[in-house]
Formats: sequence, C-alpha cells, structure tokens
Amino acid sequence: MILALAGRELRALFLSPLAWSLLGVACFILAWLFLVQIESFLQIEPQLNAGRSELGVTDLVIAPLFDAAGLLFLLLTPLLTMRLLSEEYRSGTIRLLFSSPLPLYQIVLGKYLAQLGLFLLLLLLTALMPLSLLLGSAIDLGRVAAALLGLFLLLASYAAVGLLLSSLTAQPAVAAVTTYGVLLLLWILNIPRSDEPGQLLQWLSLAGHYRPFISGLVRSGDVAYFLLLIGSSLWLASHHLERRRSET
Amino acid sequence: MAALIHIEQLSRHYGERPAVAGIGFELQAGEVLGFLGPNGAGKSTTMQMISGVIAPDSGSIRIDGIDLLREPIRAKRALGYLPENPPLYPEMRVDEYLAYCARLHRMPRPQIGHAVQQVKQRCGLEQVGSRVIDHLSKGYRQRVGIAQAIIHQPRVIILDEPTSGLDPNQIQQIRHLVRELADDCAILLSTHILPEVQSLCDRVLILNQGRLVYSGRVAEQSRALLVTLGRDDDGRQLARLPGVAELEPLDRQRFRLILQPETPVEEISRAIIESGCALHGLQRDQDSLERIFGQVTLGEAAA
Repeated sequence: MILALAGRELRALFLSPLAWSLLGVACFILAWLFLVQIESFLQIEPQLNAGRSELGVTDLVIAPLFDAAGLLFLLLTPLLTMRLLSEEYRSGTIRLLFSSPLPLYQIVLGKYLAQLGLFLLLLLLTALMPLSLLLGSAIDLGRVAAALLGLFLLLASYAAVGLLLSSLTAQPAVAAVTTYGVLLLLWILNIPRSDEPGQLLQWLSLAGHYRPFISGLVRSGDVAYFLLLIGSSLWLASHHLERRRSET
Repeated sequence: MAALIHIEQLSRHYGERPAVAGIGFELQAGEVLGFLGPNGAGKSTTMQMISGVIAPDSGSIRIDGIDLLREPIRAKRALGYLPENPPLYPEMRVDEYLAYCARLHRMPRPQIGHAVQQVKQRCGLEQVGSRVIDHLSKGYRQRVGIAQAIIHQPRVIILDEPTSGLDPNQIQQIRHLVRELADDCAILLSTHILPEVQSLCDRVLILNQGRLVYSGRVAEQSRALLVTLGRDDDGRQLARLPGVAELEPLDRQRFRLILQPETPVEEISRAIIESGCALHGLQRDQDSLERIFGQVTLGEAAA
C-alpha cells in the first residue's frame, strides 16, 4: 500500500516539469562548482607537491563539493516537498486517502518514500562527479562513501521536515516558505560558537552534524541526530493528518 | 439482517457552529436512501463522517456491523465514497487512476485489470481510458469519480451529488447504474434534484440546519395523484371510491387523491370513470415531495 502511494507520487513528480528543472539546475550548479574547484586545484597542485602537503584532491575538490551540495539542496528541497500533502488538501484528493482502508502513518510513509526516491536519484548524480575523478587520480573512496552517507541522511532530514510542514497547511507556498525558514535556521544555528547555550545550539544544528561526514567521520551521535529528526518529523506529520480529520 | 449503515446521535461542529446535530438512521442492503436538504444543511458533512474523512465530535457509526471509529481500517473496506468534488489527480490517465484507487482499497493485484475494464464499461468510460484526467470534460470527470467509488465492489456506497454536471442522457445512465448497484448494496446519495429522489430512492431523509426533519418512504409520496375533471364537482363522489385514502380539493375541478397502499392506478382511473365523473386528466403528483421539502425546511427557518 505504501509502495502504491509512493509510486503514484513519484510518477506525479516526474510528470511535472518541476522535478526535472530542479534536478537540472542542481546538477548544473554542482558541476560548475566542481569544475571551478578542479581548475583551482590544478593551479596549486605543483606547490602542494613541492611542499609535500598531505592535502589531496579529496580534500580540495570533493570536500568543498559536498559542503556546497548540502546548502544547495537545502534551497531546492522546499520546492519539491511543498506539494506533498498541501496539494492533496487543496484539491480534495486527501478525501480519497482518508476514505480508503489505510492507516494515516502509511500515507505519510508513502509520501516520504517517494521523496526519498527522488533524492536518491539526486544523490546518484552527485556521486558521479567525485567518482569521475577516478579516471585520472586516486581518491579516498572511504571518505567519499562517508560523505555520501552524510548527504543522504541530510537529504532524508530535509524531506522529513518538508513533509511535516506540508502537512500543516493547504497552501503549498506557505509550506515552502516555512520549510525554508526551519531548514535555514537549523543550518545556521551553530554560528554563535563560544558560550554555554551555544553548546546546545551547536548540537541542534544540521551543519554541525553533517560536516564530520565530509571529513570522513561517521559518528553514531551524528547518525542518531538525523534519525531522530526524521523520526520525530514523520511522527508529527501523521499526528497532524489525524488532527486535520477531527478539527477542520 | 444487520443494517449496512447504522448511525446514532452523530454530531459535528465547525468552530462554534453546529453542522450536524444528533442525526441517526439505518440503511439496509438493497436500499437507496436519498439525502435532501438546503445548501449548508449538513448533508456533505454527514457523508464525510460516514466515509471516515472527518471525525465526528460524538455519536457512533457502524458500517456493515463494524464500528468505524474503533476499527476504521476494517470498516472502510466495505466503503465506496464519491465526495462533492471528485478526488481526481489531474495528471493521471483514467486507467492508471482507477487501478490506483483499486489498490488503495486493497484489491488483489491480479483482479485489478478486470475490475478497471468492468467499471469503465458500467460508467461509460471505455472511450477515455488512456486520456489524461485533466483533459476530460466535467461529465467524464464526474463519471470517473463514480467509477472510483465502486471499482472495489463496496457494499456501502456513498455518493455526494452523483449526477451534478452530467447531461440528461448521462443522468439516465447513472440512475440506471445506481438501481443496478442497489441490488446487494446500501446506497446513500445526496441530490438537489427532487424528481431524482422519486425515481431512484426507496427512502428519503431531509436535513435542515444539521437536524433530521423528515424521513419517509418515497412510495408514500408517489401514491398521490392529481385528478382533473371536466366539470365542477364537490369531490364527494371521488372520496367515496374504493382505494382512496384522502382527498384534497385544489379548486372546483382539480383534486389531489392519496391512494391507499397497494392500490394500482389503473383501478382508480377505471373507478373514476365508472362513477360517472368526467375524467379529463390523471397524473402522478410530482410536487408532493417538493411541498414536504418546502414545509420542513422553510417552516423551521421561520420558526
């Protein structure tokens, strides 16, 4: 049942030009950044070699690429997730789901899986860029794998937050704006660095948990943070669905 | 036999405003129940509650003997629902959409292809199976909506204004379909078209301001006849005819007869002629439901 829902959602996503254009824009910008990084890497490579630096292509090209991807996808996610439930409320198709013999959490999971499917495609396209470097250089594959895992968890959290905010309103635009707000806030929370409350903010921030993955560090604490964020967002979303049934 | 729909004391508020206040009724298999009422009387709200789309504030709903509020998933299996606006995904093709609806209602996969063909034939959609829903006319969309509600062969069918947006031929087709479905299902339908209730429903409920204000068998209204005589008459002779339960003079030449149950119209027409009255016209009184509707809905508003 979840798969039927997810399948329909994915088809709908790809039948609209929105998903295609966003995928296209994302890949174009990432490729641009990637090429710029390679260009500057090639310029400083002789100096690195001369100085016997330990920094290689993984540090100077791939790490910045993943760093940029995290922020770039943050900007794209709300446009993809805003319709997930809002559109169903607005067009009344939610009534079809509500009158079907289908627990509410399955509606949420179906929608979420569809979004994850799209993000997996995006992740695959992103992965091709660093992997293409294998043609001409040695890269730290373990570190790339860690970064990809981190990016996947990050995207999965974006999708869960987007779905939650889409469950709150029948206006896709409102869902998009609030998703931007929440995600950007979560991203920049770690900016005040020093004092005591800063510690908590630091812990809450998305960026603080994502960056270790880029440097090849898979820590259970970071993984737990993402899973917690995903789980609680999805749980709240199905809760809101139930409230919508009894309150509107 | 247990009722397919059993509702008690159903209530629902929208904010401060009560939309439905303490409605209760039963519906058996093989019965078509017409839901009437002015706009905003609570018809759609009641239908949405029975379909599990919105939760009631209080009251109980049993579908085919299963409590909808306690075991929603099991109860909804027996349910097909057409909302006021058909819940269509505009970017899907008709076949695709119907197959999706069948899957949502947990129809086993191998049966879906056949079910889609069958329901398309029943609803007159054979020609548009591969068309995108967004490009269909309103009549077709409405029929896709009806197809969606019956594809999984539910025993309880709830149709909110099923014939809205259809042309007269399509309306005939859908009425025919509803009668056919009614053989072993319970059907609850709402409409604004009073003759539709007379031709389609066994029973009628009239709602006004969230309350049930009238409930009766449709046959009771169709036992009313309008008799026009060729010359002035006081009607005493008509009232004495066998099979006449009530007589109401409309003017000196026109009378409304209410027949006793089980009295065929032919017998009355013969009796009138044999009694020596000059019979000029005899017709079913189509207005009787309209009159009841006016009395119970306007009366309440004025009071």
